[in-house]
Amino acid sequence: MKPLIYLDNAATTKTAKEVVDAMLPYFTEDYGNPSSLYSLGAKSKEAVTKARETIAGTLGAQSNEIYFTAGGSESDNWVFKATADAYEQKGKHIITSRIEHHAILHTCDYLAKKGFEITYIDVDENGILKLDELEKAIRPDTILISVMFANNEIGTIQPIKEIGEIARKHGVLFHTDAVQAYGHVPINVDECNIDMLSASGHKFNGPKGIGFLYIRKGVKIRSFVHGGQQERGRRAGTENVTGIVGIGAAAERAFRVMEERNKREIELRDYLIAQIEEKIPYCRLNGDRVRRLPNNVNFSFQFVEGESLLICLDGEGICASTGSACASGSLDPSHVLLAIGLPHEIAHGSLRLTLGEETTKEELDTVVAALVKIIERLRNMSPLYEDFLRKQ
Amino acid sequence: MYSEKVMDHFQNPRNVGEIENAAGVGTVGNAKCGDIMRIYLDIDENQIIRDVKFKTFGCGAAVATSSMATEMVKGKSIQEAMQITNKAVAEALDGLPPVKMHCSLLAEEAIHAALWDYAEKNHITIEGLKKPKSDIHEGEEDESEEY
Repeated sequence: MKPLIYLDNAATTKTAKEVVDAMLPYFTEDYGNPSSLYSLGAKSKEAVTKARETIAGTLGAQSNEIYFTAGGSESDNWVFKATADAYEQKGKHIITSRIEHHAILHTCDYLAKKGFEITYIDVDENGILKLDELEKAIRPDTILISVMFANNEIGTIQPIKEIGEIARKHGVLFHTDAVQAYGHVPINVDECNIDMLSASGHKFNGPKGIGFLYIRKGVKIRSFVHGGQQERGRRAGTENVTGIVGIGAAAERAFRVMEERNKREIELRDYLIAQIEEKIPYCRLNGDRVRRLPNNVNFSFQFVEGESLLICLDGEGICASTGSACASGSLDPSHVLLAIGLPHEIAHGSLRLTLGEETTKEELDTVVAALVKIIERLRNMSPLYEDFLRKQ
Repeated sequence: MYSEKVMDHFQNPRNVGEIENAAGVGTVGNAKCGDIMRIYLDIDENQIIRDVKFKTFGCGAAVATSSMATEMVKGKSIQEAMQITNKAVAEALDGLPPVKMHCSLLAEEAIHAALWDYAEKNHITIEGLKKPKSDIHEGEEDESEEY
């Protein structure tokens, strides 16, 4: 077996040891229910409160504005369905972007069937939202604007502050899906006029199955899960105490190391981009070169199909991801790559490599060497490449 | 996700390449859907497929079905080659995931397209052979369920 090179940190991350250590006592020692009156329960309650305060602090929010959920998808679903429910009297129009995660796009499809009208704003060739189109799309009956903080496939970071200003100017609620951004780049909810924000623990070295939703005080959305009085009556169910302790510890850690980590990751990221561009012909970097997550690299390789590429990389012990249709079980390639204007056949040949804190330069050299070899082999059996060479 | 046989044919594909002045060449699929298959046939005067080569742009299953299909037609008469179905190709690979069955259809179509080219060039008719579809995905049904 070749040593594993994990470059799929946008899919999930390794849970940090200090996070696991923080969680462990809450499984077997301090396992009480935070709602119980005795001191064992109080210990759990205290841990939950501490995690909530930590997270609020990282966003410039109040701790009573943080609601724990099961993850990014639940947070996104909650925002859309509960906003639709609570603000229906004002209107039934929602604005979002073409490059959102499916947790948002499929929830929009659901709401559209229930009579809501959704406007999808286009992005430019680097994946940046067209602000003029956004402003033009706002109507008196618009109840929500939702634009992701950073894209999960191409890593483009949106002009969130500008979007927040536009939303505020028109008196429309603004939600951002920050699943890829939270814990990776600084976010301040007041500076960006963010009313709601979704995040997920396992994207920043926390555990899976835990996330949160920030809801600004005054936003009237109600409970999504009904039952007990947990989360101030807005999200019922016994708290996932171990998960909450984990996401709190992961958030504390992520913001503690962020500056140093960003510096290191950006350096490695740009090194990888430069190496690929130098050594592999007919490739294209997807996403913005500057307004980009520190750990995201996304390329399209002409004449090559993404799933084949992934299988070959897996054979070399390299974990990566693609926007090709064949990897998703549908016939269409990634909606994000199509939205930035890539033709289908180029979108099918995309590869996403997302670095982590343990990624080394040596690993990246190994990956580039493997890519050179694999892409050459796949191109040599590609009829598209054959036709291309004939035309030369 | 894939059987060992699929992985073997993907990693060590048989008969990759081109045949110059081939008796028949067929290209099917489209880049939009993410798979294109091209098959070259060398057919002798007794209508026996002497040699076969392929080139494929596509996923692991697309490469593996191309490879297997070329192995299955090599040395066969064109009538025997006509009998090879997409199901037979898939079975020879110990099965394909349901979402990948269209890849085996592509292999069958590619052989038929190459035979059609051969028949046209030689002004003959091959029993049971129809003009290949321009798009392999025509008429395919959307199987996704909604909740």
